[in-house]
Amino acid sequence: MSLTTAHSVVAPSGTAKGIAGTIIVAYALISIVPLLWIFATSFKTPPDSIAYPPKIVFQPSIEGYCNLFTTRTRQTPEYINSLGPATGFCDETVRKRNMVIAGPSNFLPRFVNSLIIAFGSTFCAVFLGTLSAYGFSRFKVPLADDLLFFILSTRFMPPIAVAIPIYLMYRELGLSDTALGMILLYTAVNVSLAVWLLKGFIDEIPREYEEAAMIDGYTRLQAFWRTVLPQATTGIAATAIFCLIFAWNEYAFAALLTSGTAQTAPPFIPTIIGEGGQDWPAVAAGTTIFLVPILVFTILLRKQLLRGITFGAVRK
Amino acid sequence: MAEIRVQHLRKAFGDFVAVQDSSFVVEDGEFFVMLGPSGCGKTTTLRMIAGLELPTGGQILLGGEDVTMRRARERDIAFVFQLFALYPHMNVRKNIGFPLLAQGMPSAEIRQRVEETAKLLRIDHLLNKSVSGLAGGDRQRVALGRAIVRRPKCFLMDEPLGTLDTEFRDLMVHELRELHNRIHATTVYVTHDQMEAMSMADKIAVMNHGVIEQFGSPREIYDRPATMFVADFIGSPPMNFLGFGGGLAKGAKEIIVQGAKVAVPEVREDIAPADMALGIRPEHIRFDDASKLRGAIYGTEYLGTTQIVAVETADGIIKARVPAEIRLAAGDHVGLTLNSARLSLFDKGSGRAVRTAIHDTASQGRVQHG
Repeated sequence: MSLTTAHSVVAPSGTAKGIAGTIIVAYALISIVPLLWIFATSFKTPPDSIAYPPKIVFQPSIEGYCNLFTTRTRQTPEYINSLGPATGFCDETVRKRNMVIAGPSNFLPRFVNSLIIAFGSTFCAVFLGTLSAYGFSRFKVPLADDLLFFILSTRFMPPIAVAIPIYLMYRELGLSDTALGMILLYTAVNVSLAVWLLKGFIDEIPREYEEAAMIDGYTRLQAFWRTVLPQATTGIAATAIFCLIFAWNEYAFAALLTSGTAQTAPPFIPTIIGEGGQDWPAVAAGTTIFLVPILVFTILLRKQLLRGITFGAVRK
Repeated sequence: MAEIRVQHLRKAFGDFVAVQDSSFVVEDGEFFVMLGPSGCGKTTTLRMIAGLELPTGGQILLGGEDVTMRRARERDIAFVFQLFALYPHMNVRKNIGFPLLAQGMPSAEIRQRVEETAKLLRIDHLLNKSVSGLAGGDRQRVALGRAIVRRPKCFLMDEPLGTLDTEFRDLMVHELRELHNRIHATTVYVTHDQMEAMSMADKIAVMNHGVIEQFGSPREIYDRPATMFVADFIGSPPMNFLGFGGGLAKGAKEIIVQGAKVAVPEVREDIAPADMALGIRPEHIRFDDASKLRGAIYGTEYLGTTQIVAVETADGIIKARVPAEIRLAAGDHVGLTLNSARLSLFDKGSGRAVRTAIHDTASQGRVQHG
């Protein structure tokens, strides 16, 4: 039995492996350079960050992070000297530039907005997507194909094409600059992706599982919850990551529809202005911190993500 | 346990009629097999009994209660699926206990019942294993365990041995029948495999194109096929047919086939002239040079104790099962004698069997069986 396989697999030669490995490493390096650049910049001082030629070796500083989280005012050296000793590392750094910390910046609330809106919309999209995908997969839905096409068609145009109508609608509905509005919007965009991805996953789960459960005394919802859902976790995780990445990174709608209380991090970060122009280390610090949640989420679910992407490509 | 009564059951999917006016009774404690080629409606019938499909017409009674439109979970039946449908995210213990959990049974009692069931099926050593690592036969036993643990009114099985390899299959056929003899559960078993059907069933319904062609004991179906389809579907090699013309009169005892007189069981009804067929099982043919019914040897298939000999006659090839020691060469001309007591006669147009003396011993479609 073990002698015959469905496909003959030719083991790659050593040279082929070497070449493939080199290409992958080169590609990975090229991809990671911008990230390393941002990471390095976040630890530079403002003069170092705009030095030309760029400094590869530099004295690390957390000034960027200090500037990211605070607002500062310029004071006379006499005034600064009249203050007591510096209360912290940031205080000290800022005072060297003849400034004092005036208060916290808007970065933290914007970051929290991003978390609420991205995770909230991801939850809604995946929840609605799972239920509708299950419905499309298991029931005879009238005009199912047309409905699925319609759901997908919401993704045909670039989101910005509908930005103006949505802006006007949101203003009328009082949804502009609210977290609820942004969650609804991102859910609407993501739910089409979620339905299509999850339908594929759920189609692959034999319906015998629910049928067995229903015969054994469970309702359809219980059967779904106890037999389908546990087997769909891979698909749900993969879908959640895709939805989260979209909602987390979305810039155009966020820039247009949020300005104050509900503003997310992407439109906020570029607006960080320092003394005499853009404060690049602070912007880089914001970007670095901004990358962390998605990185953690992806690492946590990386197994599912990998299996999710290749799902259905190989039949057992 | 309960009797299953199916009355005028019908199921149409759009224009396609999957099951057409099926009626049968599975008596309490009986092992009933629905046999037929794929697409004949046997699985659809089973799914309607289970409540997984709703019939287009007709009635299903479980233990005298009309359950035709009830939900699956309200019918108190158990179903064993072809692919077992074991939940991969649960171990063996949880899989078997799953139906009990639905009833809200206390966990101590579930534990006890699961262990009893596992012991009955000899899988108690596997209880804490994951189902994904199990061998085919053990998966089958777990699926059976999940079915019997609840002690339902009846068991429905949809080709449960279909995915096992031959070796395991023979073993499980034996185990299933043994299990049935021990717990006497009313069982409806669907298969396309005649050997499974013949070796396990108390009663068989042979289905084709959504119609039950014959309903009876394995012996009855083999010896007295009600239609040419049944005669052809059951038996390996299947029944041979030799065409003949003319009508039949009540009381006739012989017919003319290819110019030779052949004695047949006494005909019990008048048949208007039409194309007819004489049906002979391969084991009811003997070689006899004196016979006027002749043919040439076309090929032989040696099976050890017997051999299957293909003989080319004026009406095509017929197959005979004869002792293995007879030496035959292709091209030899032989005479054929037929065991007159075991012949069937069919109306070729309708495929229906003509009533003859072979039907005297039992009324057709009804036979008393242990």
